[in-house]
Amino acid sequence: MDFSFTDEQSMLRDTVASYLADNYGFDQRRNVVAKEPGWNPNVWKAFAEELGILGAPFPEDLGGLGGGPVENMIVMEEFGKALVVEPYLSTVVIAGGFLKHSGHPSAAELIGKIIAGQAVFAFAYAEPQGRYNLADLTTTAKKDGGGWVLNGHKAVVAAAPWATHLIVTARTGGGQRDAQGISAFIVEKDAVGVTTRDYPTVDEGRASEVFLENVKVPAEALIGPEGRGLPLIEKVVDEALAATCAEACGVLRKLHEGTLEYTKQRKQFGVPISSFQVLQHRMVDMFIALEQSVSMTYMATIKVSDDAERAKAVAGAKVQIGKACRFVGQSAIQLHGGMGMTDEMAIGHYFKRATMIESAFGNTDHHLARYEFLSLGQAA
Amino acid sequence: MNLDFTPEEDAFRDEVRAFIAENYPPELRRKQDADEPLSKEDYLSWHKVLAKKGWIAPSWPKEFGGTGWSPTQKYIWSEELAHADALATLPFGVNMLGPVLYTFGTDEQKQRFLPGIYNGEVWWCQGYSEPGSGSDLASLKTRAERITADDGKEYYIVSGQKTWTTLAQFADWGFFLVRTDPTSKPQAGISFLLIDMKSPGVTVRPIITLEGGHEVNDVFLDNVKVPVENRIFHENQGWTCAKALLAHERSGIAGVARSKRNLEKVRDIARTERSDAGGAVIGDASFRRKVAELEIDLTALEFTELRTLAGESSGKGPGPESSILKIKGTEIQQRIQELALEAVGHYGAPFLRDIGHNVQIGPEYARGVAGEYFNGRKTSIYGGSNEIQRNIIAKMVLGL
Repeated sequence: MDFSFTDEQSMLRDTVASYLADNYGFDQRRNVVAKEPGWNPNVWKAFAEELGILGAPFPEDLGGLGGGPVENMIVMEEFGKALVVEPYLSTVVIAGGFLKHSGHPSAAELIGKIIAGQAVFAFAYAEPQGRYNLADLTTTAKKDGGGWVLNGHKAVVAAAPWATHLIVTARTGGGQRDAQGISAFIVEKDAVGVTTRDYPTVDEGRASEVFLENVKVPAEALIGPEGRGLPLIEKVVDEALAATCAEACGVLRKLHEGTLEYTKQRKQFGVPISSFQVLQHRMVDMFIALEQSVSMTYMATIKVSDDAERAKAVAGAKVQIGKACRFVGQSAIQLHGGMGMTDEMAIGHYFKRATMIESAFGNTDHHLARYEFLSLGQAA
Repeated sequence: MNLDFTPEEDAFRDEVRAFIAENYPPELRRKQDADEPLSKEDYLSWHKVLAKKGWIAPSWPKEFGGTGWSPTQKYIWSEELAHADALATLPFGVNMLGPVLYTFGTDEQKQRFLPGIYNGEVWWCQGYSEPGSGSDLASLKTRAERITADDGKEYYIVSGQKTWTTLAQFADWGFFLVRTDPTSKPQAGISFLLIDMKSPGVTVRPIITLEGGHEVNDVFLDNVKVPVENRIFHENQGWTCAKALLAHERSGIAGVARSKRNLEKVRDIARTERSDAGGAVIGDASFRRKVAELEIDLTALEFTELRTLAGESSGKGPGPESSILKIKGTEIQQRIQELALEAVGHYGAPFLRDIGHNVQIGPEYARGVAGEYFNGRKTSIYGGSNEIQRNIIAKMVLGL
């Protein structure tokens, strides 16, 4: 058993943290997210060229840093602390995961483009009716000569406005909620028939409704097995969940630290409000929720590569993180009082991100039900 | 980062598992299974087996009989003890007084008292709390006045009342916090004394707790004469010993391995018990939700404990995360007890203490479940209540 980080991993953390400290301050970020395009392509370029982190979880022979889930965790935790909006999750973790695990013929080429910062991916999996069920799909892909034709509506696709490529889940067979008949496709965003309605999200990211109307893609757009793509999708989403838990740890740490700092400065009744026991105990409970979240994130990150334990580990971690995001986020605002309600203070922005993480890839109820099934079997 | 055990650690697990299976006292096993009250000899039987093997005090330095195990080995050991439903050995000598003695005692005191603790020949109890001094322990009033007796030797004359003294009815000796200087600040006038419980003037009176058990006692001290050489560390500096004792053995305080075992038992009960709809209780939506949430919380606690152990083994010492072990550990223990009581349904009600163990009323697993629930409320109160623990974290970890 070993919970320590290698020298390379510690260096990765330091590199990311110091870059973000210099280039991703709260005001710098605010300026970027307030106007189009809502992200900073120069930052993305720096991630690729200066920091090399877009290759963190990829093998060295493909030009990556040779890391894996632990490296994703390190990057995402630091991103959480700075509320980074750039699409590392959908590009490096999710598309990277699909490419690594599928043995796709163009995997090496596309991974190379990801590492170089030239390909940006968005993951178009959710649909308006499907809630958090990865298998609830009405988008179709039909064979068309040598290729495929896709039709459907993908909901709230994070980072889609910035993407060069989409990964689209679709039905190649079966009924709307069947586990069988699901396939994943790589679709270039400028393909004919792809239209998007772009909008900002409440946590200051960008997303799109993606409409696919008779989108013709070649045979090699299929990524993973035809009709039996759900296990691959689940695996990649679990990896995304583990990385999201890590991001949450960064967000939670800032919520907790910010609250400690504020209550030490803010005076009422002639004393700092941090001297009040009722506030101290709340901040201790926030601290406990944070540390328990870090523990579960480590656990999920270590187990995410073990297919036998992955799903239960990740579901359990997301339950812990979801509860912590709500409790720590709400408490942070409460303890900031009126100031917590203002757009001016960073705390509210962390709260908004924490709240969106709560429901990312399935909310607490969803993952609790999933955990229950995996641990206790079918309900009566 | 990885969770793998080395082949040596796997072999160690096999070794300790086999040892427990072969050497656990059969009479103790029988009484535990039947939920019968345990005698002094029962408590000590397992202790003595472990002492003989050299495994009773894994955390002690090797020179005093410690095992020299790594934190991971200690973790495996605690898992195997829980897995075997082994009785927890008494903490008073081995976990509490032992470290104070080898840290603060003179060579003579170590030689005199450590072997008795190790071998289970001397039963110790803890004289800390008083009727007026619970969370505010430093306000304690039991007075020790230093005199020179007719024999020309120095003694403390100790008078006062201690309370919540666990298993004092069996104790041969006790370690006590007493006030040797009533004029200085509360923490500064306290000394740490070892008192022979057979001394004239010591009276032990049972306190029956709400589940009907006799675990704790009042201890009255009426002009008890204690030789000065029974004082550990300097006069008026006993608080240093008391604090060190409270901070010791942070790992293990979470009780993760036992909680895992107890949660397994709850799941077993819930597979047997029928729900209103006729299926197993484990299939009942609201019950299984509570089990799942508890399992997740327990997993988080387990990994928090593992992080603490990893910090210890890398020489960094426990990080701030270790401070939450007592709070979360006891909350989880109590929730498991709560769920067990819920799971057994009607058969939580029969109070069977005074009914012969040959009389079978309700399922075997229901016996004692309510008692454990009631008794278990103590865990968030003792050892510094969970509210006091929050005060400590606020001050020591969060800097408030």
